[in-house]
Amino acid sequence: MDLAERLLQGDKRAVARLISMAENHDPEAVEILKSLFSKTGKAHVIGITGPPGAGKSTLTDKLAKAIRKEGKTVGIIAVDPTSPFTGGSILGDRVRMNDLSTDPGVFIRSMGTRGHLGGLSKATQAAVKILDIYGVDYIFIETVGVGQSEVDIAKNADTTLMVMVPGLGDDIQAIKAGIMEIGDVFAVNKADRDGAKRTAREIDMMLDFNHSDWRPPVQMVIAVDNEGIDELLGHLKDHKKHMEDTGKLQQRRTLNSRLEIIDLVQENLMRMILDKSKKEEMINQLAVDVAVRKTDPYTASESILKEI
Amino acid sequence: MDRPIRVLVAKPGLDGHDRGAKVIARALRDAGMEVIYTGLRQTPEQIVSATIQEDVDVVAMSILSGAHNTLLPKVVELLKVENVDDVLVIGGGVIPDDDIPFLKEKGIAEIFTPGTPTSVTIDYIRANLKRK
Repeated sequence: MDLAERLLQGDKRAVARLISMAENHDPEAVEILKSLFSKTGKAHVIGITGPPGAGKSTLTDKLAKAIRKEGKTVGIIAVDPTSPFTGGSILGDRVRMNDLSTDPGVFIRSMGTRGHLGGLSKATQAAVKILDIYGVDYIFIETVGVGQSEVDIAKNADTTLMVMVPGLGDDIQAIKAGIMEIGDVFAVNKADRDGAKRTAREIDMMLDFNHSDWRPPVQMVIAVDNEGIDELLGHLKDHKKHMEDTGKLQQRRTLNSRLEIIDLVQENLMRMILDKSKKEEMINQLAVDVAVRKTDPYTASESILKEI
Repeated sequence: MDRPIRVLVAKPGLDGHDRGAKVIARALRDAGMEVIYTGLRQTPEQIVSATIQEDVDVVAMSILSGAHNTLLPKVVELLKVENVDDVLVIGGGVIPDDDIPFLKEKGIAEIFTPGTPTSVTIDYIRANLKRK
């Protein structure tokens, strides 16, 4: 039986292998995704992002358990950074999700960013599709711990959950451009800590300037104690429902599909330009020429483009 | 092979700390591998489940408590039940020399005892992968 059939029959090893193939740019994975793409779009895709140590993994674990209590199934994609120096990585998000490991209704996959910036890996979108075809009701994408501008998650999710913690800065952080703009739902985790209420208030104030018809809720949670989790899950569901009722889900998915198409064009183009070993030599030679000022980087890039 | 080697580093049993496992995880990371770290007190079932979902090339288990003769073969057994036959299983930790032949007979490919340079483990993994 081939991989596509095994995936459709709910074989976890087929899911796992296909995600690996997508990560490793195996063309067969792309063919399978082409043939099964019509089966995607059913799961509620929720992006979870926030600074390192905010509690994203613990929160994901608790949300997944709350969903399991309702009898629904969950896929989790947890992304951690790859070393830009060695290509290695330590993917440690499973540490917080050990109880879910043997739950047949949960599939957890850890991914390294493998050189991709923006908080996700390039293959994250493919992994979401694979889990969607596999048939889970919810898909959580947990980003790497982010700073201020890693907003890729919003291009991949129906709902973006922004996890904040008290003590990371004053209210000016809350009105800066970047990640604070992408939250559809906000969670202030570690709500038993000093300053949690203030953090929530500052986020609330920022959201008062929001003019869309969805006012992102700010939920206080203590993930390790499972406090505020059911309420948070309620907000996530409300957001999806709001998006469906107003036709915005379709709009967002259209916008995201547009971005994905452009990304794929760029990726394929780059591969066409750079993968040919002959061009690799050419680039190396041009780099030397630029470094010794024999030519300039602008002319060098134009001469590579002329080659195609 | 132009893909990173994926390794599950797991701690079966009831060990109180995971210092050694973290040293190994870090060394494998620096060798360019993707290490999936699962933390303390894993059951064989959890390890096998993570092995499948993460589609790893290697399962590296560290154990200090003395329960190696029970837990390590159990993982190999459960992998067989799931028809997983392309994963390299290795072990390390406080394991007496006398127990090593038994563990190898049970399907643990190699055992690395305290004092083994991390480079030995890295070289062993690279040379003995079951998957291309």
